[in-house]
Amino acid sequence: MISVISYGDFDKLNNMLSYLIKRFLLMIPILFGITLICFVVINLAPGSPATFQEELSPKASPEAVEALKKLYGLDRPLHERYLNWLRMVITMDLGKSFVDGRPVKEKIKERLPITVTLNLLSLLFILSVAIPIGVYSALKPGSIFDRALTVFVFTGFSVPTFWLALLAMIVFGVNLGWLPISGIQSIGVETMPLYERIIDWIKHLILPVTIMSFAGFAGMSRYTRSSMLEVLRQDYIRTARAKGLPERVVIVKHALRNALLPVVTLLGLALPGLIGGSVIFESIFSIPGMGQLFYSSAMARDYPTIMGILIIGAMLTLLGNLLADITYFVIDPRIRVRKNV
Amino acid sequence: MFRLILRRILRNNFAIMGLFFILCIFIVAVIAPYIALYDPYKINVYKVLEPPSKEHPFGTDELGRDVFSRVIYGARVSIKVGFLAMGIAIATGTLLGAVAGYYGGFIDTVIMRFVDVMLAFPALFLILAVVAVLEPNIYIIMIVIGLTGWMDVARLVRAEVLSLKEREFVLAARAIGAGSGRIIFKHILPNAIYPVIVAATFSVGGAILIESGLSFLGLGIQPPEPSWGGILSVGKDYITVAWWMSLFPGVAIFLTVLSFNLLGEALRDALDPKHWAED
Repeated sequence: MISVISYGDFDKLNNMLSYLIKRFLLMIPILFGITLICFVVINLAPGSPATFQEELSPKASPEAVEALKKLYGLDRPLHERYLNWLRMVITMDLGKSFVDGRPVKEKIKERLPITVTLNLLSLLFILSVAIPIGVYSALKPGSIFDRALTVFVFTGFSVPTFWLALLAMIVFGVNLGWLPISGIQSIGVETMPLYERIIDWIKHLILPVTIMSFAGFAGMSRYTRSSMLEVLRQDYIRTARAKGLPERVVIVKHALRNALLPVVTLLGLALPGLIGGSVIFESIFSIPGMGQLFYSSAMARDYPTIMGILIIGAMLTLLGNLLADITYFVIDPRIRVRKNV
Repeated sequence: MFRLILRRILRNNFAIMGLFFILCIFIVAVIAPYIALYDPYKINVYKVLEPPSKEHPFGTDELGRDVFSRVIYGARVSIKVGFLAMGIAIATGTLLGAVAGYYGGFIDTVIMRFVDVMLAFPALFLILAVVAVLEPNIYIIMIVIGLTGWMDVARLVRAEVLSLKEREFVLAARAIGAGSGRIIFKHILPNAIYPVIVAATFSVGGAILIESGLSFLGLGIQPPEPSWGGILSVGKDYITVAWWMSLFPGVAIFLTVLSFNLLGEALRDALDPKHWAED
């Protein structure tokens, strides 16, 4: 008991290292697959990006079209184009936007922080609301609160969130006039003192973050509830109670900690939905994030930007899953690396 | 067995409500021309943005078209997309999952890595990218929603097949010389059908939600064809003056998806033997 690091810890560290290495190696074929699918998607297009630019400026001469094709490498065979493009992606060069000629990487870079902030805020919001709700209703299964949760869960799964956003805008933005319904800051915010700016920012975020979190509340609280119910049935909970521990200690220290383990994994899995949803919410609330950029690029058929965001979105998901897995590994004392992943 | 399951479903009030509403929507979609009060495409410049009234129960839209009739016709789009996208997703997922689980080894690895790759994309991004590249129409939307929604089914079927393929009746079939295709389709899959039915029910609702989202963004069903998401999309522009355009189509989506989810939940309870012991 004197030594700070026991053999078990060494084992765990070792396990963790080999697990991490395996986990990274596994990501390579997946990353490769992601680029392949992106490339296939873009090449589904009837005609080529050059013909699309031709549509924009019908006066373009055949020579100009040829030059364009050369510029984008469209005169090369498909596999060669893929390899070229892959080489660019690996060096994180995502090409230039068709719309304004700016590097796609730059365009994404200035939009990404807003989207990531919004998603993190709504993740936090989901967790802080859904976990207490889920735990409480697991403690009182069959109660009115528990039934209300079931109704809420079904609503959350079934309601189109963009419609909810519209309703919230009508009620809180238009009728009551409490909250702004678009953008992330008011006009002339630069002249305000700092605290007013923060309040302005918060006011703008309340609606989008709440609505973004809505579907998550349902999923997460239901998951927490069933996970908690499962744990409460375990022998070690009975043991803890039999020892005469106060109920609060049993619930918080013994049950909750174990019940929350699978929730971490769910967080990782929820990420693609959240990021994908940002397209809808950012365009409804006019938030200048990556989702809105994706939407406008899709409307303008700005292929390089579409591809860039597709790849970045997938990589964010992978990163989220990786973080969730590592967190799980760190906090779960029971986990051992399986030999065959 | 079938009657037992039916009884279990009918015992669940929510399931009956869901089933009833799904039937209603079906009937509405089929007989839309007979119950619509007006031609859903008929523009009337004298009746622009009228609030709900006796003549127009759901009001009129920005071109004076009857919103009620457009919502009725919108049911056709949602039902069509919901079921066909589900069919594509279930067929793809079942096939790939069964092949992966049955053959194992390298084939399994490749298919399951493919599942991982597909799951890594934020679903809406991938769908939007394809729809933006191809001109969106109802068939492309169905196919894209189906082809981006099969991964969970594949995982589910694979797990079922893995546990079924070592069972005696499969070994017996193999012993009498049945081919792989026959074993998979005749012996294994029928025994894995229940979870697939449950997943299928949920995925109809999911597909309807995605379609309405796409149409809302203007990258789904194209105007003037009436769709619930499309009406909401225009409604957003008139949100301060015409709340009815934003309310009714949303209620229609919500109730339809809710019905499929309630039915799916009831089916899960009725079909999963694990739940039987509880009552």
